[in-house]
Amino acid sequence: MESPVMLAAGILGTTGASLRRAARAGAGAVVTKSLGVEVREGHRGPTVVQVEGGLLNAMGLPNPSYRNFQEEIDIGRGGGSPVVASIFGADAEEFVEVATGLDADGFELNLSCPHAERFGAEIGCEACNVEAITRAVKRRVDVPVWVKLTPNVADVVALGLAAQRGGADGVVAINTLKAMAIDVESGRPILGNRFGGLSGPAIKPVAVRCVYDLASALDIPVIGVGGIATWQDAVEMMMAGARGVQVGTALGSGDGYGIFRSIAEGLSGYLERKGMALEELVGLARRFP
Amino acid sequence: MRPISARILEIVPETPTVRTLRFDHSLDPVPGQYLMVWVRGVDEVPMSISYRDGITVQLVGEATREIFDLEVGESLGLRGPLGNGFTLSGEKILLIGGGVGAAPLALLGEAAAEEGVEVSTLLGFRCCDEILFRERFERIGELVMTTDDGSQGICGRASAGLPALHLQEFDQIYLCGPEPMMADIIGRCPGMETKIQASIDRYFKCGMGICGSCCLDPSGIRVCIEGPVFRADQLVGTEFGRYKRGASGIKIERR
Repeated sequence: MESPVMLAAGILGTTGASLRRAARAGAGAVVTKSLGVEVREGHRGPTVVQVEGGLLNAMGLPNPSYRNFQEEIDIGRGGGSPVVASIFGADAEEFVEVATGLDADGFELNLSCPHAERFGAEIGCEACNVEAITRAVKRRVDVPVWVKLTPNVADVVALGLAAQRGGADGVVAINTLKAMAIDVESGRPILGNRFGGLSGPAIKPVAVRCVYDLASALDIPVIGVGGIATWQDAVEMMMAGARGVQVGTALGSGDGYGIFRSIAEGLSGYLERKGMALEELVGLARRFP
Repeated sequence: MRPISARILEIVPETPTVRTLRFDHSLDPVPGQYLMVWVRGVDEVPMSISYRDGITVQLVGEATREIFDLEVGESLGLRGPLGNGFTLSGEKILLIGGGVGAAPLALLGEAAAEEGVEVSTLLGFRCCDEILFRERFERIGELVMTTDDGSQGICGRASAGLPALHLQEFDQIYLCGPEPMMADIIGRCPGMETKIQASIDRYFKCGMGICGSCCLDPSGIRVCIEGPVFRADQLVGTEFGRYKRGASGIKIERR
């Protein structure tokens, strides 16, 4: 990877053209919208609402099914960065069907979406499921497999260790925090799905803590995601132990796609100023017990 | 921002399938911007703005059916105005609209006329019953109308009205209507692409440039925040006029 700054799953990953645009804008890797077995249109609107410190979303895993997505991955590869397919399923069998049905440069197992029945965090909150699904997919593909973890559990490290036992090449932390917003005029939950997942600046400290704990306990790499919008955020996440970072919600504000370059440049400038290599930054905060 | 709650002050039936809702909030839009309209308990859908404080809605599906059932005093949740809107440019402009696409053009035409710009309009409707905002357009300048069935004005699609206008005279041409109509008009104006602005329609979910459901091939331009208004030369060679994507992301080919 040329840059440790990647496009997060679920953001601008529905079409090959937008994946390619992110890659050309400097994303070191791009992760697709999560793909499953069946075509899904997702939840009713509102699917996104702006709240204090971030966004609340409940898209509901809309996707055209992996059967209609290979062309988009191939177009996305035209941007020159690896295309990682985010995939979901109700069980190991479905995960394997999707993974073996796609030619991608890596897979990110969505075991953490907080707002879709039967999928994501509903199965990914149990360490035994995480281990079994990771192992099943790893057996059948020969590209890197990452597991994206949910923070909506008492012990995220237990999930990370399960992914590691299953043979994961890395874990991605964190998915969104379960959250809700209510319209005070009507008393109705705003999201069509009533509750959803919180992303953006508000969850960054939570993500930093999860990454710190995971990196302390795991031998495999941790990729940090959650509220990263500036190079300082990326540095902080790496100091917690992340080998790379993913950017999502921040794509919707400021200079949009320009964020990949601005974070990468800020990061290199910082390393130069400190006379450090990227590897020295990773986990730096763990030196202070 | 969370959706604001806007109370309906007035409902104007415009045609059998179109009505205007005026709110107790001024939206302060750039003409061509849109709102995400939350019909509580049903869905959130994009709607173009037709008055500083109003939207004009065509009955097309479940959410608009619910909007048609609302009464004065009830409310909708609104996010916006969103998107870029039209850029007013030149001394003499032409508006070309099809059906309910006339709505944002009426707001644009009025803003232009207020600034002393000479405004001409070409509007196409299915039939005389579906004519929208005739008085608003006649008040600001010349109006040429077409109907598919010939029940009013020139018989045919909006493009049938083009021979009645001297296209080269206009500094800028503004389009809003069904995509085949806009693609057809752009195709009939070779060499004028940089003088044409078109407001286009895609499946919007987030309205803030992050979900990716509205991205255009092959550039990946996000229609919801980088649009919905584009210069025609930005649309040439894209999926525009050929296909779009539905809620799942699957391509829907146009015939």
